[in-house]
Amino acid sequence: MRKTFFTRLILVGTLLLAQFTFAKEQEHKTEEHGKDLKTEIKEYISHHLKDSHDFSLFSYTKENGEHKYVGFPLPVILIDDGLKVFSSSKFHHGETVAEVDGNYYKLYHSKIYKTDAEGTITYDEEHHPTNVKPLDFSITKNVVMIIVTGLLMLWLFTSLARSYAKNGGIPTGAGRFFEPIILYIRDDIARPNIGEAKYKKYMPYLLSIFFFIWFLNIFGLTPLGINVTGNIAITFALALMTFLFTNFTGTKDYWGHQFNPLGNTMPWYAKIPLYIILVPIEILGLFIKPFSLLIRLYANMQAGHIVLMSLIGLMFIFKSWIGSPLSFGLAFAISLIEVLVALLQAYIFTMLSALYFGFASEDHHAEGHEEDPELVHL
Amino acid sequence: MEKLLEEFSLGLFFWQTLLFGLLLFLLWKFAWKPILKAVNDREEGIKNALDAADAAKKEMQNVTADSEKLLKEARAERDALLKEARELKEGIVSEAKEQAKVEGDKMIKQAQATIESEKKAAVADIKAQVANLSLEIAEKVIKEELSDKKKQQKLVDDMLGDIKLN
Repeated sequence: MRKTFFTRLILVGTLLLAQFTFAKEQEHKTEEHGKDLKTEIKEYISHHLKDSHDFSLFSYTKENGEHKYVGFPLPVILIDDGLKVFSSSKFHHGETVAEVDGNYYKLYHSKIYKTDAEGTITYDEEHHPTNVKPLDFSITKNVVMIIVTGLLMLWLFTSLARSYAKNGGIPTGAGRFFEPIILYIRDDIARPNIGEAKYKKYMPYLLSIFFFIWFLNIFGLTPLGINVTGNIAITFALALMTFLFTNFTGTKDYWGHQFNPLGNTMPWYAKIPLYIILVPIEILGLFIKPFSLLIRLYANMQAGHIVLMSLIGLMFIFKSWIGSPLSFGLAFAISLIEVLVALLQAYIFTMLSALYFGFASEDHHAEGHEEDPELVHL
Repeated sequence: MEKLLEEFSLGLFFWQTLLFGLLLFLLWKFAWKPILKAVNDREEGIKNALDAADAAKKEMQNVTADSEKLLKEARAERDALLKEARELKEGIVSEAKEQAKVEGDKMIKQAQATIESEKKAAVADIKAQVANLSLEIAEKVIKEELSDKKKQQKLVDDMLGDIKLN
C-alpha cells in the first residue's frame, strides 16, 4: 500500500515538473520577443509538436537579454551532392546559416532548407518556402528517443528473460509488473483474435509494438517534451509494418475473402454486379485498416499534447488568481487522463493489429461466423 | 491532408523503420523468445504437476480399492479355509466314528464267537463230566442192582423197553 502511494507521488511530481518547466519557458519567451502572447503560445505548441534537430531541455533569457538554450546538439545528416554530416549546433537554433563544404543550410520551422550565404528564404503566395529541401536523414530528437526507448526495452526485457532463466521461470523485480502485461497480451489479445494455432508467430511483434508505443507515449508526458508517437512518420512506419505482416502472412482463405467475399453462396452471374462494388471495397479495406491505425495513434497523441499545452498556456493568458489555478487544475486532470490514453492507444494499436493478423491467418472460412471486417473499424 | 504530408519526414520514417526493425529482431531473439518459453514452460510445469497429482490421487484410490479387494479376498479365503477345515474335521470324526463302530462290531462279534465257542467247550466239558458222573453213578447203581438176579433181569428189561420208546 505504501509503495503504491510512493509511486503515485513520483508520478504526480513528474507531471508537475513537466508543467513548471514548460511554464518557465513560456514566460521568458514572451518577455523576450514581446510578441502577442496568444501567437507566441500557438507557435510554441506547434514547435513542440514537431521533431527538432537538437535536444533542448529548456531555454531561458539571461539578464543581458541573451537567449540561452540548455540541451545538446544532435548530428545532422543530409544527402545533397554526397553525404553531409555536421552538428546541429551550427544552426544556432535556426538563428544562423550553417555552411558545410560550400553549401549553406538554414533551419526554418524545424525543416532544413538550402539557401545562399545570407540565408534568404523565398516564399510562394501561400507563404510556403520555395527553397530546395535536401534529403534529411538527421538523428533528430525523435530518433534519439527511439534509440533510448529501444535500449530501455532491450535492457528491461533481456534482463527479464535472464531472470527467468536464473530463477527457474519465476519473475522477480520489474518482471512482476511486466509479466502480467505480457500474459495479458498473449491471453487476451493474441489468443482470442488470432487463434490458438497461429498466435505464437505474431507474439513478438505484438509485444514489441505494444511496449514501444506505450513507452514512447509515456515519454511524451515527461518534461522532456517529446512527441514521437504523435508524429505521422512514426505512426506511418508502425502501421506499414502491421500492413506488411498482415498481408505477407495472409492465407489462401484470407485472399479468397478479399477477391471472392461471398464465397460459393450464389452463381457467378449473380456475383458480377455485386463484385463490381464489393471487391474494390474489400481491396480498399486492406489499406484503410492500417491507415486508420496510423491516423488514430497520430491524432490521439497529437491532440493530447495540444490540449495539455493549451491548458498550460491558458495560465499565462489569464494571469489571474481564479483563471490560472483553474487551468492548472484542468491541465493536471488532463495529464492524468493522458497517462491513461498513453496505455489505451498502445492497447488499441496492438489489439487491432492482432485482429488484422487474425483475419490474415484464418484457415477455414466459416460462413456467418466471421465478423464483418468493416464493423471493426472503431 | 496537405499538412500531414508536409509533416511527414522521410528521414524519421527511415530511422523508425530501421531502428524498430532492429529492435524487433533483437527483442524477438533475446527477450520474447526466452520469456515466452519460460512462461510456457512454467505453465506446462504447473499443468503437468496438476496432472501428476491427479494421477497420484487416482492411483491412491486404486491402491485403496486394491487393498480392500485383497482384504475381501483374504477374508473369503479364510472363510473357505475354515469351512474346509470344519468339513474335514467332521469327515474325520464321522469316519473315525464309523471305523470305531465297525471295529467295535468286529470285536463284539469276535467276543461273541469266543463266548460261543467257550460255551460250547464248557457245555461239552459239562456233558463229559455229566456222562462220567452218570457212568459212575450208573456203575454204583448197577453194582447194587446186580447183586441179585431178579433185579438184574428187570433192569435189562427196562432198558430194552426204554430203547424201544426212544
